[in-house]
Amino acid sequence: MGENKDLFVLTYGALVAQLCKDYEKDEDVNKYLDKMGYGIGTRLVEDFLARSCVRRCHSYSEIIDIIAQVAFKMYLGITPSVVCHNSSRNEFSLILDKNPLAEFVEELPAGRSALCYCNLLCGVIRGALEMVHLATDVTFLQDRLKGDRVTEIGITFLKKLDEKKYKRKK
Amino acid sequence: MADAVLFEFLHTEMVAELWAPDADPGSGSADRITPQHKAGLSGKKKSWSVLEGLGFRVGQALGERLPRETLAVREELDALKFLCKDLWAAMFQKHMDGLRTNHQGTYVLQDNNFPLLLTMGSGSQYIEEAPKFLAFTCGLLCGALHTLGFRSLVTASVTALPACKFQVVMQKS
Repeated sequence: MGENKDLFVLTYGALVAQLCKDYEKDEDVNKYLDKMGYGIGTRLVEDFLARSCVRRCHSYSEIIDIIAQVAFKMYLGITPSVVCHNSSRNEFSLILDKNPLAEFVEELPAGRSALCYCNLLCGVIRGALEMVHLATDVTFLQDRLKGDRVTEIGITFLKKLDEKKYKRKK
Repeated sequence: MADAVLFEFLHTEMVAELWAPDADPGSGSADRITPQHKAGLSGKKKSWSVLEGLGFRVGQALGERLPRETLAVREELDALKFLCKDLWAAMFQKHMDGLRTNHQGTYVLQDNNFPLLLTMGSGSQYIEEAPKFLAFTCGLLCGALHTLGFRSLVTASVTALPACKFQVVMQKS
């Protein structure tokens, strides 16, 4: 597992460096990473469903738990912890105290303080969820590379899932 | 393994995004500021070097992470065997299917089922697209050899998907 992950992590690092060469503004690099992540996410979800045989979820928190405990574990070897922010249970955070994507990165490149180095992840999550018909907003709320204590990915489900409606027979 | 898939997906996305068509610089990518793009260098040539350059960096870095005893490789042929067995296994969970040499510094590495070509269809109409999917790996082989102390020129060709050949010509330092 080590060498494969190295290959992915090193390739990702080289990609980010290339994008920093091509785009002057951090926001543009972030956007591009998110876009590429989205493309990956839309295909990754099929791979994930084929490997994991997860059951149909009945709530957003079930979905978030699967992302944290199954998907992240499967692809990145870590299990972020989950926090739910609101009583309507559609706003969550994944807290990563270790970030494999940034394993070989000590600090952001000079002059790149607004760079969301791991923005690919946001796109992947968003793309994957969209393929199962869930619209979300996914952003980095905290980033260890920017000096925060942890890395926090915020996931907001945009359409409120009405559990009562879902269970009612038509 | 699941995480090998991540690399393959990332590679596919990189090829899709970084391979610029032979279009004029002004169309659709106005925010790109690289000098080569402004100078209007042939899109294909630039795309190949970008992907190859990324592969080279990764190949070097991968090479630096190998066990110490591997780095004691001195003979050219051992280095090539290392690429075909150890490096290929680490990256693609398989060995190279064939290695030939003219014993004069040229090696041909054959993979009959190259994983990064599997995302493409297997008809001959896709062969034109195949080089895009080989640029990164050519650079990677070159970068790994560089870490082992060898300078090389690596090119690739496809005759029948998903089989491909990597040609490594060792350079005298």
